[in-house]
Amino acid sequence: MFKRENAVQGARWIAICFAVLFAAACAQTKPDGLAGNVKPGTGQDFVVNVGDRVFFEEDQSVINAQAQATLANQAKWLGRYSQYTITVEGHADERGTRQYNIALGARRAQAARDYLVSQGVNASRIKTISYGKERPVAVCNDNSCWSQNRRAVTVLNNATN
Amino acid sequence: MRGILKKLSVLADRKSVGLAVLMALATVIVPRPASALVEIDITQGNIEPLPIALPSFSADGGDSKLAADMTSVIAADLKRSGLFNPLDPASFIQKNMSVNSTPRFGDWRQISAQALVTGTVIKQADGRLRAEFRLWDVFAQEQMLGQQFYTTPENWRRLAHIISDAIYERLTGEKGYFDTRIVFVDETGPKDKRIKRLAIMDQDGANVRYLTRGDDLVLTPRFSPTSQEVTYMSYGGADPSVYLLNIETGQREIVGNFPGMTFAPRFSPDGQSVVMSLQQGGNANIFKMDLRSRQTTRLTNSAAIDTSPSFSPDARQIVFESDRGGSQQLYVMNAGGGEATRISFGPGRYSTPVWSPRGDLIAFTKQHQGRFMIGVMRPDGKGERILTEGYHNEGPAWSPNGRVLVFFRDTPGANGGPQVWTVDLTGYNEQRVETPAFASDPSWSPLID
Repeated sequence: MFKRENAVQGARWIAICFAVLFAAACAQTKPDGLAGNVKPGTGQDFVVNVGDRVFFEEDQSVINAQAQATLANQAKWLGRYSQYTITVEGHADERGTRQYNIALGARRAQAARDYLVSQGVNASRIKTISYGKERPVAVCNDNSCWSQNRRAVTVLNNATN
Repeated sequence: MRGILKKLSVLADRKSVGLAVLMALATVIVPRPASALVEIDITQGNIEPLPIALPSFSADGGDSKLAADMTSVIAADLKRSGLFNPLDPASFIQKNMSVNSTPRFGDWRQISAQALVTGTVIKQADGRLRAEFRLWDVFAQEQMLGQQFYTTPENWRRLAHIISDAIYERLTGEKGYFDTRIVFVDETGPKDKRIKRLAIMDQDGANVRYLTRGDDLVLTPRFSPTSQEVTYMSYGGADPSVYLLNIETGQREIVGNFPGMTFAPRFSPDGQSVVMSLQQGGNANIFKMDLRSRQTTRLTNSAAIDTSPSFSPDARQIVFESDRGGSQQLYVMNAGGGEATRISFGPGRYSTPVWSPRGDLIAFTKQHQGRFMIGVMRPDGKGERILTEGYHNEGPAWSPNGRVLVFFRDTPGANGGPQVWTVDLTGYNEQRVETPAFASDPSWSPLID
């Protein structure tokens, strides 16, 4: 019984990694993967070694402990590489109505932005935008996908690889 | 016999007069309409559709395909309404009907037709189409309606819809909704890289035309009740914003100069203002902009998401959705803003309210236990009825006569996507509107007149 649960969880983890592709969570599970070849201070460095996104519970915009850790790392990285301005993109899953989800995505982007500011990122470097439910990254039909779509993504403006 | 059609109506050229226009509507020719036996009581749900015979219009030696096509469009309109049952032409006993002779009513009674439509459509020497039709009460053996129209040949489908509206109105006592169009968002490409274009079609899905190219994400188009304009949200500018688009000229402009994202627009009943949400940090508030004076007015001021405003048809009130009480619910306030009264109290979340053009109902989307429903309630929140329910139904919009709701229904998974459906106010007669690709956010035009 215990073994089977592990197998199921493992399968789901692979599914998430597959869908997120190069997102931080996947790369970090492979210690000698992409991370070793990434040039510090690049967009790829930010995505792979810091993590560009945080996730939210259904119909929530609370920055949970895991998201706090990710955003704190983002703030630290942005402190080191001060040439970047950023856009925080807020997103919602497909299990809501369109107009509300636009506002919910904006609320999530704002929550992530406020946390970055609290960690020392100058507010003038941050722009926010909401895509509501219009730009999912995962397209399967259960919560393992919807939970990946409920996100705020920090995008570096004028990033190079 | 032709003299019986005393008043003529003229359908103006659509191109030369914009989207005008029936210049003068023909009048009912039989002087005693009250004596008619055949009428539909549409106050009840799930009524028995009225058997109606529509023999192919005659072409008098001209374009018989056009005449048959026009008849088919009329029959399809009436059938889709759910209120009529067009009879199988194979069962017709009297053949080769002329619009100018009295039908053999016994032949039509025998196949249980209660109403009969005869007509003709002829291309004249000047290139215009001339169409005539008569609506007959088979049991009273009387003509109920007779009209004649002139138009240009490319308007033949519109002409068919106008005839459908005349038949519908004469037999139900309500305005029709067939000579109308639906603006919507066409969706192509994979689910995680959707291309969205504004598009417009006739209410039966014909004559699809694209209004934007797909370069920018576009959402929630809404028809002006008074002009050939659409207001919608676009991601084309620095901030996602509400725009106006003239669908005849293609002219486009941003609505207002707001400091941040604007979304969820809708016109006021007089077409002179747009209400919408402005995102301010984590909150969304509702603003009104007068399109002539360019003056903006704040209507809500809450630490919440206030969105999807919709005016009552008398323009005195606005219904909107807000999560100010903790979850999405419907509220009504005066059109000038101020205190709002919550009207939705059932289990679940309520959103996308839209006030009926008749004023008596508010349609909405409701989410409960993972299901998405379309429903209606009275403006005081009483009398809630769910019209359709399933995995994902969203975004109702009213037909201009307040009889039918159009909405979109999404399907799950990577290959899923939205389609446009209609449902009768009573919850019966669900019909899909065929579109070239996935389609969402439908909004009905007013009657074109």
